[in-house]
This record gives sequence, structure tokens and C-alpha cells, in this order.
Amino acid sequence: MKIIVGVKRVVDYNVRIQVKPDGSGVVTDGVKMSLNPFDEIAIEEALRIKESGKAEEVIAVTIGAKACQEQLRTALAMGADRAIHVETDEGIQPLTAARIFKALCDKEAPKLVIFGKQAIDDDNSQTAQMLAALSHWPQATFASEVVIDADTASVTREVDAGLETLSVDLPAVVSADLRLNEPRYVKLPDIMKAKRKPIDTVSISDLGVEVAAGIKVLKTTAPAKRQAGIMVETVEQLVVALKEKGLIK
Amino acid sequence: MERESMEFDVVIVGAGPAGLSTACRLMQLAQESEQELMVCVIEKGSEVGAHILSGAVLEPTAINELFPDWKAMGAPLNTEVKGDDVYYLTGESKGIKTPNFLVPKPMHNEGNYIVSMANVCRWLAEQAESMGVEIFPGFTAAETLYNEDGSVKGILTGDMGVAEDGSHKDSYMPGMELLAKQTVFAEGCRGHLGKELMQRFNLRDNVDPQHYGLGIKEIWSIEPEKHQEGLVVHTAGWPLDNHTEGGGFLYHMENNQVALGFIVALNYSNPHLSPFDEMQRWKSNPKISQYLEGGERIAYGARAVNKGGLQSVPKLSFPGGLLVGCDAGFLNGAKIKGNHTAMKTGMLAAETIIEALKTGDIATKELTAIETKYRTSWVYDELHKTRNFGPALHKFGTLLGGSFAWLDQNIFAGKLPFTWHNTVPDHATLKPAADCIAPNYPKPDGKITFDKLSSVFLSSTNHEEDQPCHLRLTDPSVPIQKNLPLYNEPAQLYCPAGVYEVIKDAEGADKFQINGQNCVHCKTCDIKDPAQNITWVTPEGGGGPNYGNM
Repeated sequence: MKIIVGVKRVVDYNVRIQVKPDGSGVVTDGVKMSLNPFDEIAIEEALRIKESGKAEEVIAVTIGAKACQEQLRTALAMGADRAIHVETDEGIQPLTAARIFKALCDKEAPKLVIFGKQAIDDDNSQTAQMLAALSHWPQATFASEVVIDADTASVTREVDAGLETLSVDLPAVVSADLRLNEPRYVKLPDIMKAKRKPIDTVSISDLGVEVAAGIKVLKTTAPAKRQAGIMVETVEQLVVALKEKGLIK
Repeated sequence: MERESMEFDVVIVGAGPAGLSTACRLMQLAQESEQELMVCVIEKGSEVGAHILSGAVLEPTAINELFPDWKAMGAPLNTEVKGDDVYYLTGESKGIKTPNFLVPKPMHNEGNYIVSMANVCRWLAEQAESMGVEIFPGFTAAETLYNEDGSVKGILTGDMGVAEDGSHKDSYMPGMELLAKQTVFAEGCRGHLGKELMQRFNLRDNVDPQHYGLGIKEIWSIEPEKHQEGLVVHTAGWPLDNHTEGGGFLYHMENNQVALGFIVALNYSNPHLSPFDEMQRWKSNPKISQYLEGGERIAYGARAVNKGGLQSVPKLSFPGGLLVGCDAGFLNGAKIKGNHTAMKTGMLAAETIIEALKTGDIATKELTAIETKYRTSWVYDELHKTRNFGPALHKFGTLLGGSFAWLDQNIFAGKLPFTWHNTVPDHATLKPAADCIAPNYPKPDGKITFDKLSSVFLSSTNHEEDQPCHLRLTDPSVPIQKNLPLYNEPAQLYCPAGVYEVIKDAEGADKFQINGQNCVHCKTCDIKDPAQNITWVTPEGGGGPNYGNM
């Protein structure tokens, strides 16, 4: 079977985010960009499924500008067999992303599509769910364990009350949670090999996908700065301070 | 243990200006002579540029030679220097502008560019990759590998996935051997492999000890009406006393940003001195704060620089390898610039290697021709002219030394027939703490001046949590038993990232704590520790700061 993994280029998790002075978004120029950490977990899971003999091919897919090929190369260096780059310079909303994946699934006929549970830039957590709905495929989100058994997948999910185990028929959509696995380190020879692995570049119109623009970002602002605290010596002083702030009567 | 290995013609350690210029020049020359050449560059930062910190005013001499049409190729040299202000700060709120004719010539910046060296390196990396160089960021060169005859065979990349206690985690990946006919070391100032090579091959025989400074830098986004793109400001004097060398810089870059920083020479003698706090209070002088008020600080970082100049340049070749850039120490202290000399010496190394290749096998060979190339290059010329600049400041202090520098550079053009030496290494200059007065540093105001931890946060520094400490103590008892009583353990103050602390343990006894995770890889501890007891080694690859446009 084939596995498609959706990956996204995001601002690296170590970078302190700066909001653009005009509030139109966050600064991404001259900022370190990386593979979304949850997508790295998704790739790792797909590779482990392939290495256990239950899949033949892992395809990494990304949507975005030319620079996103760096992240596809990372996925290829980890072990993905080939990659598809849906090239666009526009910002893509989750519904469009899901439609693009639907079109690719129609073409590639994977048995499993794995995404990270969310991208750390917009934290939407929508594309996996939307793809499942558009494809009429079952979904198992926030997976912490995935076991493939012939035509079904048994997926353990992290839910508020603990762990929930689902059985879904394949093809299915799975989204990866933090504890699903620990991604491997990439080896130097594999980085060199990855340069020779194929990346197909297609445009959104090639896929016949209609771009959705249902959401408009009005403004981006940084969180309010935290006020400095004060140290009090006694409970009485604490009570007085709280009263002064009007927090107790 | 049997390790995997890969073979190259040339392995370059460090994707900075020196290493990348070596790589680019190698490929250019190989293409000219239609030679196949396998070159790789290994870089400990998580990406190219992540560990690059420099002022920077770039003198375009080397890049003009390397890529004559760099402008058309889109090199990020966007801001030409338009003005040069030099101030002598006389106190907290005062400073005198030095008339242009009194400024020593090497400090003039016409024709130079204000750049982010991290971005220049990213651009150089693109050029190198397009010519076929393999660049591996996120991998450290942990050890040098030697052949049985003692020559350098290549390097060993650091193991990944080792826990703090030394055990192997699930993700463990052993390091690989990268073997080369010639290995070029371009680690930058105080490279940990370079340091070992200098000892092993006696490269520092008959030269002065290297001298260093610690540069602490910030980037601010300032109000557009205060921004004067292309303006370069340098300061001498306050807050340092006349016997402590150092000074400040403030460069108006593009996009309403200014890069500013303060360099303190690491031969300072007062163990109570804190380079970080000197830098913070320096910003409160109106000559600097006038630009910053109403602005926002967006980045912070620190890096040691070598400023020994001509008298401290070691031998550059040894069997199987070469030293280039600041790993050897080509910074021109009078110009306060080392990027152009780093790039040029990298190019000289490349030319040396290609010429040697034409005469036969170069594996294990010592390519001494690099010495001649260096001595007949403009790098030697300009370092020779300015050789007495640093020692003059050291001997006579900022005012008298600066006056000498003016005479030496503007009247005699560096041709005075003598050479001064400074033979005391920087770690041996501290006076006992009891004999020195602790400066009274003001509390940070949270607007112009800040504390150390909130600063380190802006360097986006990260190290994998569970890994062995990469700051090794030869004798763990030294910090508390010797350094603390004698020098008040100066690591607490000279470290610009708050790595070193003296805390009380459960019994109330003093304990030396190393917060290796905060380390911004500046190498100051390795340089300044009076007992030379701290050794900086490479942490897991990809760890350290993540500088954007430093």
C-alpha cells in the first residue's frame, strides 16, 4: 500500500515569533524555517509502517512556495520515497489544502494519509478532518499508536479522559500526536541520497482544485506583555494587595 | 567501534565566511580546470547562519574577488555605508564626536556595506551548493581523526541521541567518519578542534598568544524617523575605564533595524567586571539611546572575536589540513573587521589545495604553500600595517594609545620600523577580587537595558535537554576551591548567557552550576577561565543559538 504524508514548512519552534509592525502577519523573512514537528512524527510513523513491511511507498506532500522543497528534502532524507510539491505563492486555507489532498488521493490511491495533528504556525488542526469528510473516509485523529492489520488500522487516540482505541477501515486519515513516536535523526548519506530522489511539482490548477478563501485575517497582534509581579512578606500584605487591585472585597 | 565513513576530496569544518569561501573557490577552480571535486562543509548550527554573529560592516574586497558580479547575483549587501560617526564617551550622559580627520584611517568605512553576515553566509551557501558542494548543517565536527603517520585524516561527526548519563537513547545515531585528502578548519574564533591542532602540531611556536574580545550584540527595530539607513556609529571610552579596552558600535541596517553591540577585550583585569552589564549600561548613553527609545529589541547574541592580529597568527598548515579565517585569527583589530580576511584566507586555502592537486596526491601532505600565499596577499599587508594598533591601546590605554594609532596610521601609514608584542595571555590578566572594586551596575529598566535571562531568550537558543554537558571541567573542584575565593568565580559574570552560577546546595555549601542549555557558543569561558579549566566541546548537532539576521 501507499502512504501519503502531508508536511508543512513553518517557523522553527525555537524562534521567537515577531509580529510585523503593520499587523498583517508574522515575520518570516530571515527566520529559520523547519518541518512542522508534528509532521515529522507523521513521516516517522509512515516510515515505521513501511519498514515493518506493511506499506511499499511513502509519499511526502507539501503545498507552498518554492522554498518548501527544503522540507520535502528533509522528509526524503528521513526515508520517504518520493515527494509532491504543490507550488503556490498564496496563503492556503485548510479547506483548500484538504481539497488538494483529495485530488492527490484520487490520483495516487493511498491506503493511508497521515498528517501532523496541527501545524505550529496557525494551530488550525483542520486539514486531516476536512480531507476525511471530503473523501468519505474514516478519520482517527491525535494518534498515539497506530497498528496496521490488513485492511484496518487500530489507532489509539489521546482524549481528555485518557486513551481511546478505534478501529478504522482503510483507506483512512490519521493525524499524529506528540507521543506517537520519536522521529529519527537524519543520516548524512541519506541527505545526499535525498537530493537525487524525485520531487514532482504541480500547480493547484493542474489538480483542478478550486481555492477556498472563506477566512480573512483581519489583524495579527502580539500577546499583551505580562505585568511585573510584586513580592509580599505576609498573608496580610497579600490580602491588602489583592484588595487594592480589586480582586477581592 | 566500527563507524560508517564517507570520503571526500576536501572536508571543511564550519559554514562561516571562511569555510564557505573556501568551498566556493575550490569549486570555481575545479570547474576551470575541469576537475571532479567532492567537497563537503559541516556546520554545527541547525542551519547555515544560525551560529553566525558579526557586526557587521563588510569590506567588499574579498567578495569582489570571489564573485565579481555579486550584485547581479543578488548577494545581500544592500546597505552602503553613508556616514561614519565616532564618539568618545566621557560619562553616563556625555560624549564628544571625534572630528573625522582625527579618526585613525582604518576606521573609515567609505565603500563598505552594512550587512547581516548570517544572511551573507546563507547566500554563500546557496552559491556553494549550486556548484555541487554538500553542506550538512546540524552536524558537529566532534573530533579530528588522524592517520597512523599522525597526519589529519578527517573528522568524526558527533554522536546523536546520547543521554546525560552517557547511555544511548532510542534515537541514538553514532557519529560518522568524514574522510578527506585535506581538511580545512574554519570553525571561527577559538574553534575547539583548531585549539587542539595548534597544540598537537605546535602551530603557535614563536608567535604571541592570541588575544580576544567578547562581542555582545543586539538587533533593534527602531522608530522610522530615528532611522538613518547606512549610518555607522562607533564609540570608545565610557563605560570602560582607560585601562580596559573595548568599544561600541551601532549600524543602521535596512528595514528600520539597527545592529548594535559592545566589545570588551578579554584581557581585562577586574574580575568583578561583567561584559554583559557594561553593554547594557553603554546603551543608556544618549548618543546610543537616542536611537533606541520607542524601539523594540528583537535579537540578542554574543561571540568571542580574536584580535591578536599579525603577531598572533599561527602556522596555517599541518599534514592533512589547513587553518583559515578566525580559527587561525585574521581579524584586523584596527578596522574591527575580520569577514573580508576570513573570506580571503579561505580562498587562499582553496587555491593552495587546487595547485597542489595538480602536482599529485595531496592526502596526508602538508601544504606549506599557504604560508607564502598569505604573506604575499593583501591580508598580510593590512595586518602588518595595523600590527601596533592593538598593542598601543593595550600599552597606553584608550586615549594615548588611540593618539599613537592616529599617528601610526594617518601619518606613518603603519610603516614605523618596530613591532610591539603583548605576550600575556588573556586568562592570566585577572587581579585578585579583593584588590578590585566591583562596578555598580544599574538595574535594568526593561526599556533600553535588560537582564541576562530575558536577553538569552532572544537568541532562540536551544539544546536537546537530555545530553552530556558540553562544558567540561578538567578539575571540578577548581571553581569553588580556587576561582571563587580568589576571583569571585568570574565565569558568573563573563558568560553573556548565564550558563555559570554559584548557588548554595542543600547543606548551604557553595556549588558551581553549569546551565549548558543556555550556551550561545561564544567560547569566552574556554578563553578567560583563569585556571584554563573549562573546555568547550561540541554539544549535540543543531544545538545552540538560532540567529536570524545577526
